Amino acid sequence: MSLSVDFAGITFKNPIVAASGTFGFGREYAEFYDLSKLGGICVKGLTLEPRLGNDPPRIAQSPMGILNSVGLQNPGVDAFIQNELPFLREYHTVVIANISGNTIGEYASMAQKLSEAGVDIIEVNVSCPNVKDGGIAFGTSPDSVASVTEAVVRKATVPVILKLSPNVTDIANIAKAAESAGADALSLINTLIGMRIDTKTRKPILKNNIGGLSGPAVFPIAVRMVWQAAAAVKIPILGMGGVVTLNDTIEMMLAGASLVGVGTACFDDPYAPVKIIDGLLEYLSLNKIDSIKDITGKVILN
Amino acid sequence: MKINISYYIITFMTDVHICKIESKIKLIDDVYLITVDNENLAENARPGRFLHIKCGSERLLRRPISIFNTENSKTSFVFDIRGDGTRWLSERIPGESLDILGSLGNGFDICGLNKLNRDAKVIVVGGGLGIPPLFYAANDIVSRGGRVTSILGFRDKKKVMLEHFFAKICDEVTITTEDGSLGILGLATKPLERLLINGGFDTVLSCGPLPMLKSVAALCAEHNTPCLVSLEERMACGVGACLVCACATKIDGIQDMSRVCADGPVFHASDIIW
Ligand SMILES: Cc1cc2nc3c(=O)[nH]c(=O)nc-3n(C[C@H](O)[C@H](O)[C@H](O)COP(=O)(O)OP(=O)(O)OC[C@H]3O[C@@H](n4cnc5c(N)ncnc54)[C@H](O)[C@@H]3O)c2cc1C
Ligand SMILES: Cc1cc2nc3c(=O)[nH]c(=O)nc-3n(C[C@H](O)[C@H](O)[C@H](O)COP(=O)(O)O)c2cc1C
Ligand code: FES
Repeated sequence: MSLSVDFAGITFKNPIVAASGTFGFGREYAEFYDLSKLGGICVKGLTLEPRLGNDPPRIAQSPMGILNSVGLQNPGVDAFIQNELPFLREYHTVVIANISGNTIGEYASMAQKLSEAGVDIIEVNVSCPNVKDGGIAFGTSPDSVASVTEAVVRKATVPVILKLSPNVTDIANIAKAAESAGADALSLINTLIGMRIDTKTRKPILKNNIGGLSGPAVFPIAVRMVWQAAAAVKIPILGMGGVVTLNDTIEMMLAGASLVGVGTACFDDPYAPVKIIDGLLEYLSLNKIDSIKDITGKVILN
Repeated sequence: MKINISYYIITFMTDVHICKIESKIKLIDDVYLITVDNENLAENARPGRFLHIKCGSERLLRRPISIFNTENSKTSFVFDIRGDGTRWLSERIPGESLDILGSLGNGFDICGLNKLNRDAKVIVVGGGLGIPPLFYAANDIVSRGGRVTSILGFRDKKKVMLEHFFAKICDEVTITTEDGSLGILGLATKPLERLLINGGFDTVLSCGPLPMLKSVAALCAEHNTPCLVSLEERMACGVGACLVCACATKIDGIQDMSRVCADGPVFHASDIIW
């Protein structure tokens, strides 16, 4: 029985990946369990220069979901390479650097720096809803997704994942654009733009007014979008959005995901990713499946 | 959990603990004191640290609540019903269990209390639900040989609570109410100013509503008295990974967004950009 997955030429010991922005640079959760248990870790979204992010409050609760407006607070790509990457390298897990740029040039330059620094994969965030200047603009049109992808692929010497925004009308088109521009894989979904208002004060709860929705509330949307993207492209998919349980993971894989990201679930239970991994082995033996990768895309449509 | 700040590196075993509720006491309307029994949780409790409590399976986010006290394997906390999570919590009964992630955060001790002399003289200034963690801190100071003067601010007489706990261990307890229905009329900062003018205190600890903390910090700065404040911010992970609990700080001249959950909740008042 095997949990191992080959994804864009990289071997993951299991399909579970910590989702970007929910797992910091791994240090905090390393106090709970051995990070080597995870298939991979997507680090907090990096930008070329350090960013302080948005003013608080940065979080609002919603039924089975949360809205966040962190705004890409991060120490910058150089500080990541110097202070955080060596720590992550102590673990036997795939390190995925998540990048966001204001310009195509910034994306390209980060891709080069991170490839040279030795990350395993670069995940390109073209869909962060929390930055006014850029980000989202790249994620919503096939042309701009293609331009960013081309620029990153040209500079990167490691596989490139394009992380897609769910805030679009036709995910298949965007997925195809990324594939034709040379992306090695796709990841989706990022958060859905949402808003909550305090009825007493009549003010939005988030200081930024709007934020990104994640957690179980988005799960059916994520499954649908992964399924649509998988049908449109041949490159593999890292599926995420609201995954909490083993069953969610299987569902995401049946829809077409080769790897599954776990994010918001960690806030409730830091052990969520490792519990899923433990569950996967049982699932295989119970269902007499040899290898987890065999279930990817095996949804039987009506 | 490794708490990594400039002058201390301390490793505590922080984890998810299933904790049996030993007792629940209603202190005043809508305010409860719950005591849970779990050795591992109590072991790494420190004044100023907090518990991240799961409030029912239908609520995705845990609720952060400060530790009020510990005794052997027991840990207690005090909270008011503010929304649906704390309402759920108030409906629990002894014998049931709570899912608690903790203890979390950088408490008063690490933030400076344990650098004080044993016979230090400390003022604690609390407002409303900011008062409970100050009792734990005051008790700690007194048990190490220090002396504590406390100022407890409430909205009105009906909100007054925990004063007997402080009375047992403090040199002096001053109560203020905003409507004058008990103690001194006005805000807790009024008696604080008088004490600071007289001088002789090594440090001030404060927890409560933001406007109060701000005035306390300003008064302490004016009177050159070190001040530690415990802040509140909405949280998700509670352990420092998600960066949602930001607070603007300037530490050693460097402006940053610190994490209330992991870098705080206790900060040097002079490090906060108010
Ligand atoms: C470090 C720390 C220590 C605290 N200690 C205490 C304490 O000892 N006693 C006490 O009564 N309260 C304390 N609070 C405040 C307490 O966390 C909130 O009252 C509680 O989260 C409200 O939850 P709710 O579901 O009842 O309210 P809702 O308004 O329904 O909550 C909605 C969301 O907003 C969050 N939220 C709302 N108000 C606050 C707030 N003031 N601070 C942080 N998050 C908030 C909730 O956690 C939840 O995620 C503390 C907060 C922090 C950050
Ligand atoms: C607090 C928070 C911060 C996030 N930061 C990033 C980020 O920096 N870059 C990114 O690509 N996605 C970011 N995301 C999106 C997640 O990686 C993920 O796509 C999304 O939350 C859906 O998965 P989940 O429901 O399992 O959390 C963030 C999500 C949250 C909740
Ligand atoms: S709550 Fe996640 S970093 Fe503080």
